[in-house]
Amino acid sequence: MLRPFELAEPASVGEASALLARHGEAARLYAGGTELLLAMKEGLVHYDYLVNVKTIPGLGGLRRDGDGTLRIGAAATHRAVERDPVVREHFTALARMEADVANVRVRTVGTLGGNLCFAEPHADPGALLQVFDATVRLERAGRARTLPLEALFVGPFETCLEGDELLTEIAVPPLPPRSAAAYLKFGFLERPSVGVAVAVTVADGHFADARVAVGSVGPVPRRMREAEAVLREKAIAESPAALEEAGRLAARAADAVTDLHGSAEYKEHLVAVLLRRAFRQALASLGVREPS
Amino acid sequence: MSDVAVAVTVNGERHELTVPPWETLLECLRDRLGLLGTKKSCDVQVCGACTVLLDEEPVSACTLLAFEARGRRLRTIEGLAEGDDLHPVQEAFVEHGALQCGFCTPGMIMATVALLQENPTPTPDEVKHYMRGNICRCTGYKSILEAILAASRRLAPGAETGRGA
Repeated sequence: MLRPFELAEPASVGEASALLARHGEAARLYAGGTELLLAMKEGLVHYDYLVNVKTIPGLGGLRRDGDGTLRIGAAATHRAVERDPVVREHFTALARMEADVANVRVRTVGTLGGNLCFAEPHADPGALLQVFDATVRLERAGRARTLPLEALFVGPFETCLEGDELLTEIAVPPLPPRSAAAYLKFGFLERPSVGVAVAVTVADGHFADARVAVGSVGPVPRRMREAEAVLREKAIAESPAALEEAGRLAARAADAVTDLHGSAEYKEHLVAVLLRRAFRQALASLGVREPS
Repeated sequence: MSDVAVAVTVNGERHELTVPPWETLLECLRDRLGLLGTKKSCDVQVCGACTVLLDEEPVSACTLLAFEARGRRLRTIEGLAEGDDLHPVQEAFVEHGALQCGFCTPGMIMATVALLQENPTPTPDEVKHYMRGNICRCTGYKSILEAILAASRRLAPGAETGRGA
């Protein structure tokens, strides 16, 4: 049973921001509640005011800019992203990841913006969106700023959002030509133990670019830049050794913590395994045969 | 704002309710409307026993606030049978023995109805993916899977006995 709270339903981002400013720590944004309400039910947190952002016009939609950038309103549900024809065609890895978040009932109600803002370490979207170089737009009355998604995550359940700020949009630029992304995860509970996202751009038998992000393993999802550097400019023919090295570096840099989802050592091992498999999957989707 | 006015259609019947914002849809259905078919089990949306359809999409009634049903259509297990005629999914569950204690069954059936509306001819893997998160702790999943596939055949376009979901 939930403890009583007041519901506020602002008509605009500015009004929501003003409510947050007025009520401070007593207020929390509500964007579906699939994570927030669980914490409230368990008595871990309590708020006197929930500020419902789902009814703010314009926060729920998805659109694609002329340059191909996908703009996802923060209150778009996982299910809306998963089923959007543009996402399916042009951001296939994103559609696939979304189709595999939690279960269908969570995806029907839970929102992408809510997921990112809750910053639960064992979540899927944070890692994959980082290999797309996604950015987030944070707004409050009279000011908006755009940050790389990576900067949003400060710690477990902690973001860089200021008290009166709202995440309003996630922008996902298209990958360059001859690129593909993949996200693989492993877990034995409802949430992933380890999630590894990669994006690869291929040119003339080389990795023209390689991006790696790891989620769920440590406190926050992070890009693994050392691992990326090892792969960049490598010939595909050398990829088995390079992927092994990249996996080792990513495992070390992932800041693995032992928790309910597995020991740090176990998660590090899985990072290397999933990194290799994710690159193979991405390369295969580009029709590139990787030497075994 | 304290209580919220919620006009909602439940199993075809319109209700005008006033609910406190912290009331869950599960509490509303069971305690306010007396619809006891929707079960409270884990209460943290991992088991699926409370699955109902909100505008024909499956949701966990235990973790959805009742006010979210404003202006929308709800279907619960009570809304499936027509008089004494069970819904084809219910029939398939009975015929395949896809239940033991029956506690998870309303949620399983509602999820199946949603699945087959979205994908009338799912593969076994598609069934397993969609039904992930609907947990049964006594009968195992083999008979449930068989029942869902049988219901799919029965409801598929062109099937002689189907009457549509």
